[in-house]
This record gives sequence, structure tokens and C-alpha cells, in this order.
Amino acid sequence: MRKRKIKNYIGLSISTISAFIGLFFLLWIIVSLIEKGFHYVNWSVFTQNAVSPGDEGGGLKFAILGQLEVVSIASLLGIPTGILGGIYLSEYGKDSFLSNVIRNVSDAMTSIPSIIIGIFVYALVVVPMGGFSVLAGSIALALLMMPIVISSIDNILRLVPNELREAAYALGAPKYIVIFKVVAKEAIVGIVSVILLAISRILGETAPLLFTSFNSNFESYKLNKPIATLTVTMYDYAMGPYDSWHHLAWAAAIILTFSVLLFNIASRLFSYWRFRR
Amino acid sequence: MKKKFIMIDFFLKHISMFFAYFVLLVIFGLFLVLYINSKDAINHFGFFSFITSNVWSPAFDKFGGLIALIGTFLTTVISAIIAIPIALGIAIFLVEICPNFLKTPIGIAIELLAAIPSVIYGFWGLFYLGPLIEKYVQPFFNATLVKLPIVGQYFYGYSSSVSLFTASVVLAIMIIPFTAALTRDALKITPDLLKESAYALGATKWETISKVMFRYSKGAIIGAVLISLGRAIGETMAVTFVIGNQDSLPTSLMSATTTVTATIANEFTEASSHLYLSSMYLLAFILFLLSFLLIIGSKMFFLRKVRD
Repeated sequence: MRKRKIKNYIGLSISTISAFIGLFFLLWIIVSLIEKGFHYVNWSVFTQNAVSPGDEGGGLKFAILGQLEVVSIASLLGIPTGILGGIYLSEYGKDSFLSNVIRNVSDAMTSIPSIIIGIFVYALVVVPMGGFSVLAGSIALALLMMPIVISSIDNILRLVPNELREAAYALGAPKYIVIFKVVAKEAIVGIVSVILLAISRILGETAPLLFTSFNSNFESYKLNKPIATLTVTMYDYAMGPYDSWHHLAWAAAIILTFSVLLFNIASRLFSYWRFRR
Repeated sequence: MKKKFIMIDFFLKHISMFFAYFVLLVIFGLFLVLYINSKDAINHFGFFSFITSNVWSPAFDKFGGLIALIGTFLTTVISAIIAIPIALGIAIFLVEICPNFLKTPIGIAIELLAAIPSVIYGFWGLFYLGPLIEKYVQPFFNATLVKLPIVGQYFYGYSSSVSLFTASVVLAIMIIPFTAALTRDALKITPDLLKESAYALGATKWETISKVMFRYSKGAIIGAVLISLGRAIGETMAVTFVIGNQDSLPTSLMSATTTVTATIANEFTEASSHLYLSSMYLLAFILFLLSFLLIIGSKMFFLRKVRD
């Protein structure tokens, strides 16, 4: 009996200790990030552009706006198409064999290394177009978003009780009205939560942008030109030799972390609200 | 009026069907594009000599994937050795030990950390953890582990803030929250009835955890571990910052080397010859197949149990 009790204590203590080691590491990242990076975030980071290499000062205006542009276009491409795909799986395909195959493949696609999507888009968009572009970067991010949106929308719509659909059909509503005015309306909070989650997932992606939207020193927001993004700029500046670049990279890291967390928390609030209702 | 309804319905059904099937098209396209582009490298070097050759020389237009593959293998395995026990500890703590009022905040904190982009982890590793490892861990290794016979040399290092070790630690820290969240969900599927039965038979808490919960959710835990390995194997930014990007086989834990993803991230846009580019496509193709196998494997273990 005593031996079992000792074993119990040892087992439980080891799990508790490892839990605290893990939590310590994680807190450490956030704290050290804020401690070392926060004072590099100031107004000029948002309003100015890069100065010549090595000079102190300058900002990330182009990179921030570039990131916004790439992510917005990616969302415009990836979210509506993903929602439609999810609608198909839950409302038309249901439990047919092919729909289940799509569900599994789409689930698996959310775990494919994002750099591979970057290479894929490089071969399919960048090479034929003859150069890096905003469009290529947005397509790469959209391809990352789509399977996430499809899987989650499918899951959310399937939670809508069938009685609602049947009631609407009984009143003579055509299928598209049932889908958009009954099913989607019932699930709207969940859908918003999925959209926010999908954005938070691609906001910090760097690897797929390296060979698609690339980077640029000339402020241009044209779709067929390369563009600076916060993530790639942060990578380039961090690997570069100048202290002023490193400072901007710290500022970029802070901005990026907090915007991703913001979207993630917002998504959580919506999904919490959904379960409360 | 009726006709309009039918038209819209028809239109909606087919357009949504197109986007659902689009996913299959993408995965098929990925396979095809990577294969076609890596064909030249396969034909020129041969698949097996490519993965067993440690020559990566753009100057002589000769390429082999061994260094990158070994780097990927080592970082994945070392980070898993560090991360999995800690993640399991967190999962056990969250499900069974933690007082109820702390479960939600700690759970949310862990999920939020899993959401932080990998580029941030890499950046933190380069500017924060790497210098600390160089200053404290490496002298410690040199003073202790290096003195061991035979294995000692594998810990030797000199001014190595970026190394195989740093990369593995950063990668481990990055996958801990991810693995912890997954294994927590896996442990949670044990029915309360089973746990209560174990307690009723006089089992201690640890016996209930290790003999009932672990046995019940074994498949799901293996699935969670496999999916985390899949994440680690394809991770680019967390590794690229801190691996050192040197095209040489690591001689010790503290030496700089490279991985498949780091090689691609650093050299893809600079590839000067067709064969160079094709070799990188081949690396990406191998990575794609490996991660896909891991995902499929994890699905066979994990999803079956959780979905039921």
C-alpha cells in the first residue's frame, strides 16, 4: 500500500512539475518579448518608411499596409470559397463517400507545411506571371485558409438542428433560402468566429510569402508587383547586420503577436457566445 | 417565380460543389506540381543517391539531400523528446490535478500560445534564447557532459548561439502548447464511469491516470503525438532563424547545420541553375510525402477515437 502511495505522489508531482516547466517557458516568451521589444514600438514605426540601411529610425508603414493588403485579398479569396465548400459538405454532400473523403483531405491539408504551399504557388502563379506579386502571396494564404474554413463551417452547420430545416421546407422555402436565411442565420455567430480564427491563422504566416509576395523596397501596392509584409520584413531585418533593423524587427514582432492574439481572442469570444446562447 | 428558385438552387449547389471538390484538386495538384518539377533532379541524381548523398554544392551543380534530411530528422526527434513529456504533463495536470477554477484560464493560455506565429518563436530564439544558450548552457555542457567518454564529443561546442540544439529547443517550446492541447482533448475522452470504477476498486489517482485513462485513450494520444511530429517536421520559420544554415553534417549537438525547410527558405529564390531549383523541389516533395504520411497515420489513430 505504501509503495503504491509513494508511486502516486511521484507520478502526480512529475506531471505537475512538467506542467509548470511548460507554463514557465510559455510565460517567459511573452514576458521577454514585451520586456525587450515594447519600447521599440512608437508612432513613427506606423507612419514612416524604411530609411537607408544602418541609419537609426524609420518605420514599417509599407510592411504593415502590405501585410494588410495581402491578408485582406487572401481573406476575400479564401473565406467565401471556403464557406461555400463547407455549405456543400454539410447541406448537399452530407455523409456521402466523396464528402467524407473531402472532409478528411481538407482536415489533412490544414497540417501540410505552409512552405510547401508557397512552393506550389511559386510554380503555378509566380513562374507563369514572370515575377513575385501581391496576388501570388494572397493566393498562397488563401489556399492555407480554405481548408480551415471548409472544415469548421461544415462542423458548425451540422450542429444546426434538422427540425429547423424541415420547418422551413414545410413552409415551401426553396433550398437556398433554407441555407441562407435559416441555417446560416442560426449559425451566424459561429461563422464569424471561424472567419476570425482563419484570419488569425494566416496573419503570422511567413514561409508561404517568401517565394510569392517576396519583399520590396519600393512602396507600391499593385497586385502584380512584389510587396513588403510585416512577417517577411521581420525575417529579413532580424537576419540583417544592423542594430536599427533589429529594433524594427522587435517592433514588428510585438505588433504581429498582439494582432494575432487579438483576432484569436475575438474568435474565442464569439464561439463562447455561441455556446452560451 | 418557381423557375427562378430552381435556377438559383442549381447554381448554388454546383458552385459550392466546385469549391468543395477544389480541395481535392489542390492536393492532387500539389502532388503533381512537386513531382513534375523535381523530376529533373530525380533523373539526374537518382532518388536513392539523392537522399544518401551529403554533397550540396551549388558551385559544382551537385546536390544531395542527406544533410537537410538528417537535420530535419534530428530537430524533429530531439524536440519531440523534450516536448512530449512536458506536454503530457500539462495534459495530465489540466485534466486530473488542476483545481477547477484554474482549468479554464490555464487551458486558454495554452491555446493562445499555440496561436502565436512560428516566426515569433524563431525570432525569440535568435535574439533571446540563443545568446542565453551560448552563455550558460554550452559552457555547462563543455564542463560536464563533454567529459563523458564516447558520447562526450557530441555535446562539444564553441560560441554556438545558433545550433541544432537551439533549433530543437525552440521547436520544442513551439510545439508544447499544440501537443498539450491535443493530448488534453485525447485524455478527456475517457468516460467518467471508467475513472469512477477504478477509484471504487481502490486505485490511486496515478493508477487511474496511467492504467485507465492512458490505456483508454492510447490511440488518440499516439495520434496527437504523430500530428505534433508532422508539425515539427514541416516547421520553417522557428527553425530557419536558429539552425545556422550550414550545409554540413552536424558533428555535435551544438553545431550549426540545416534542415529541409531552412534550405528551401534560404536558397529557393537564389537558385542559380535549373538543377539547383529542381533539387529543392525534390526536397519539398519528400517533405510533403513525409508530413502527409504522418497526418494520415495520426488520423487513423486519433480521429477514429475522438469522432466516435
